[in-house]
Amino acid sequence: MVTEFTPIAAAIGGALIGIACALLLVLYGKIAGISGIVKSVFNKQTAESRWKLYFIVGLLLAGIAVRIFAPSLLEGELSLSPVLIVVAGLLVGMGTSLANGCTSGHGVCGMSRFSTRSWVSTCTFMAVAIITANLVG
Amino acid sequence: MTAVIHVILGFIFGLGLIISGMTNPDKVLNFLNFQNQWDGSLIIVMAVAMGIMMLAWFWVAKKDKPLLGEAFTLSDVKNISPRLITGSVLFGLGWGLSGICPGPGLVQLASLKMEFWLFFAAVLGGMWIAKKV
Repeated sequence: MVTEFTPIAAAIGGALIGIACALLLVLYGKIAGISGIVKSVFNKQTAESRWKLYFIVGLLLAGIAVRIFAPSLLEGELSLSPVLIVVAGLLVGMGTSLANGCTSGHGVCGMSRFSTRSWVSTCTFMAVAIITANLVG
Repeated sequence: MTAVIHVILGFIFGLGLIISGMTNPDKVLNFLNFQNQWDGSLIIVMAVAMGIMMLAWFWVAKKDKPLLGEAFTLSDVKNISPRLITGSVLFGLGWGLSGICPGPGLVQLASLKMEFWLFFAAVLGGMWIAKKV
């Protein structure tokens, strides 16, 4: 489906994401890496790791609130067969787990820290995603 | 109080993903795929978020502990391992195929669409597999 270039909404949304990441770092010294936060559900829960569950609750509440008050903002669908949805999900889960990060952890938080690992990871997954999307789409 | 603040931070992050349109797989795919009408929104989202984070890192460099926490819990891993590259390639394949990464995948559960629940279950499955190997 065709989507419009929406620079202002992108900048506002990007600012909110940046502010959330920045506050988590400045207030608590932690990295807002969503794949790492999600992966932590498989680990033994400690008082130290509980913040990740709270963060996940916040993410879900944002989705629920928007669905109630402005459902059109949450538009979007996966135009893939169920088999490909599972394949893509498995790849995303395995990949972010092995790479220890995704678009948020490596992309937003790591690259801004000038971490070589994050730059290598982000450039790699971006390049592979661009090739994949062009071949499949 | 700490719990409430973390919920709020997650909420702000999720709101950012939704407002920027990153929870819409088509918007992400139209950035990655140059053959359709190209949508450059994703790069603006990344650039603005990174710019704000850069300021936070400058602040962190001068401090020895966060404002409300005991210590910074940051990765000090430096090596470019085969594991990092393999993982990034696999993630790129899945992301390029679906247009969904973990954050938007989580937020889209609220849409209650079967496809997003299936996707997220597979993400958890993939993480579980990676933990086993």
